[in-house]
Amino acid sequence: MQTKYEINDLKLYYGDFMALKGLNFSIPEKSITALIGPSGCGKSTFLRTLNRMNDMIAGTRVEGEILLSGDNIYAPSTDVEQLRKRVGMVFQQPNPFPKSIYENVAFGPRLHQKLDRKQLNEVVERSLRGASLWDEVKDDLNKNAMGLSGGQQQRLCIARALAVDPDVLLMDESTSALDPISTLKIEELAQELKEKYTIVMVTHNMHQAARVSDQTVFFLNGEVIEADQTGQLFSNPSDKRTEEYITGRFG
Amino acid sequence: MKERVTLDHPKEKISKQHLTEEWVGKIYTWLCIIVLIVTIFSMVYFVASRGLTTFFRGVNVWEFISGLRWQPDAKPPIFGALPFIFGSFSTSIMAALIAAPLGFCAAIFMTEIMPKYGRRYLQPVIELLAGIPSVVYGFVGLSIIVPFLRDTFPGQGLGLAAGAIVLSIMILPTITTIATDALSALPGGLKEGSYALGATRWQTIYRIVLPTTFPALMTGVVLGISRAFGEALAVQMVIGNAPFLPRSLFDSTSTLTSVITLSMGNTVMNSPHNNALWSLALILMLMTFVFVFIVRWLERRTKI
Repeated sequence: MQTKYEINDLKLYYGDFMALKGLNFSIPEKSITALIGPSGCGKSTFLRTLNRMNDMIAGTRVEGEILLSGDNIYAPSTDVEQLRKRVGMVFQQPNPFPKSIYENVAFGPRLHQKLDRKQLNEVVERSLRGASLWDEVKDDLNKNAMGLSGGQQQRLCIARALAVDPDVLLMDESTSALDPISTLKIEELAQELKEKYTIVMVTHNMHQAARVSDQTVFFLNGEVIEADQTGQLFSNPSDKRTEEYITGRFG
Repeated sequence: MKERVTLDHPKEKISKQHLTEEWVGKIYTWLCIIVLIVTIFSMVYFVASRGLTTFFRGVNVWEFISGLRWQPDAKPPIFGALPFIFGSFSTSIMAALIAAPLGFCAAIFMTEIMPKYGRRYLQPVIELLAGIPSVVYGFVGLSIIVPFLRDTFPGQGLGLAAGAIVLSIMILPTITTIATDALSALPGGLKEGSYALGATRWQTIYRIVLPTTFPALMTGVVLGISRAFGEALAVQMVIGNAPFLPRSLFDSTSTLTSVITLSMGNTVMNSPHNNALWSLALILMLMTFVFVFIVRWLERRTKI
């Protein structure tokens, strides 16, 4: 499998506090990588370095490099907006814009290029189909997105991210605010999406990591303790701390 | 030895202490509310009854509102209030047109661009503007804006433009403060969602921040207009107070408020002139109601 992200000695500071302490591992493409670990271990912080969303928090500083398909995304020449177009993100709380369903999906494409109505309609339909939402909303495209259920809103956010044609999809605990059925739908969707996209998901739910992911990375106190194939990591962890965490002895 | 205080536990009787405290509280709140309601209703009743007298004594409502000549000393007196109505509306709306972009930009600066410095330095300065008495604004307008306009444009300086500029400074704090509150109340997730799709900061401001907060921003503008509409002293000092429709921005004119403050001391209660001033006050009051309704309507739309 090809490597999508190569992380080399990545350190991240919030002011004087070192939140990520020199990470080294890689994320293969077209697969699902789950990041697990107790609260405050740095897994969400790490996820937000992958599309440089941490840039927005004053006082953060990054050392080391993250190679995305060979290019260091922390190089000074990186166009952050182009990077974020390549690396979509879905958040913990569904955050649709208070606009129509159509406008939500069309928002991203409109930022980056001029499309006529027909092209835009195509993108919107393709993205909504991609997020398994088209059949539920195709007659209500002009309705306000705030009227959708939580699970539908989250799939709309996935469609919105797909609309700018990314390679990578980051999911930051994207099912933790949803009911079990909506969660299952998103997990199934992730399985379909990994055919085309590289998916990196942060999850608090170890069953979810075991069910859905191909690789699992275990974070603890800003360090990566273990990164391995999911089956291997859960059945035969090589580090004692990993074993303690997945068997529920802490965290 | 100290005696131990014991609390009674009456089985069925409701505690007397509770009863008195309940009743004192209830009666006090009711009294306050009744005083408030009576005051408001008597104000409205008084202004309305005085203001309507003009029309019961032979002045046609339409002629009053649309008439161009205001000659209370003529025989018979002529009351045409259109110049004042126009003056009030045009100065207030022009003031809002000047102040709204400035206020919105200040709010964007304080919430989006430099929250730390904006909050610490700019916000207190702008709030300070709200505390300056209106006579000071009028005085500054008279000493700086009026001479500047006189030297730069045709006319005497006193007039519509001077009034609008002075008012715009006065309503800037209202518009800025409300806009700042609206922008900082915006859920952070919306902005993150936009940035995560590759939007730049200004794309996010144009396409998410401003449209989402638009009703709240307009609430600030309407409150600003409403304040400008009611402001009397500062406007009266710089507007020139000619009872005519202005022919240009730099022409002297009057507003509803300025003509009331200027003339009320010179009239006798119940004279036609005095009653006509009450009619102007009635128009002012009705307009204020309209503004309040607009604000409430906008606030309903702000939710979600």
